[in-house]
Amino acid sequence: MEVFLFGIARDIAGKSTLDLSALEEKPNSVGELMHLMHDFYPEFGKLSSLAVAVNGEYASNDVHLQSNDEIAIIPPVSGG
Amino acid sequence: MQKPIIEIVEKIDTAVVYDELSDAASGGICVFVGTVRDFTNNETVESLEFESYKTMALKEMGKIANQAFAKWPLNKVVIRHAVGLKKVQEAVVVVGVSAAHRTECFEACKFLIDTLKETVPIWKKEIFKNKSVWVSAHP
Repeated sequence: MEVFLFGIARDIAGKSTLDLSALEEKPNSVGELMHLMHDFYPEFGKLSSLAVAVNGEYASNDVHLQSNDEIAIIPPVSGG
Repeated sequence: MQKPIIEIVEKIDTAVVYDELSDAASGGICVFVGTVRDFTNNETVESLEFESYKTMALKEMGKIANQAFAKWPLNKVVIRHAVGLKKVQEAVVVVGVSAAHRTECFEACKFLIDTLKETVPIWKKEIFKNKSVWVSAHP
């Protein structure tokens, strides 16, 4: 289970991908992943917002995660 | 209605968008070009750096184009965003529409850029002389 990190989320984590496959208890849902991310990186709590995308779509906390999903952490967007 | 042009590119050529939107059935074309401003929050900006989650960004840009087609009777839509390091005055985003009448042109063009800024996973870092800041990251 690999998680892509972008923008300030990548800077906070110090890497652009996070491999969760070694974890004993992998997150089963977006909500659990968010919880884990905040535990790993308390600085995430200071951001204006933090979203998760699963397979290229914004996903709410109740979305179930599977090991082959493409998962990304989306900090506040600022295009344009 | 034609298939929208949705792109993420290294460099924006503002000259091509007119031809891309030009259309026999349209009485008007509206284009918004976002460019790098040299000053923000009382500080001199040297450049902006953009990065995207490209596959998702293209998908979200496509959704915005489809929403615009559903809301207004448009003929053509272009949404193009640049990534990488951009200097002051450089174009970083161009959105545009063509339609039979100007009202829908103006409204749809504003909708495209406003919605892009809210939903498309693209990030902008402002680079000042002695520091750099991810825009909108913190409240």
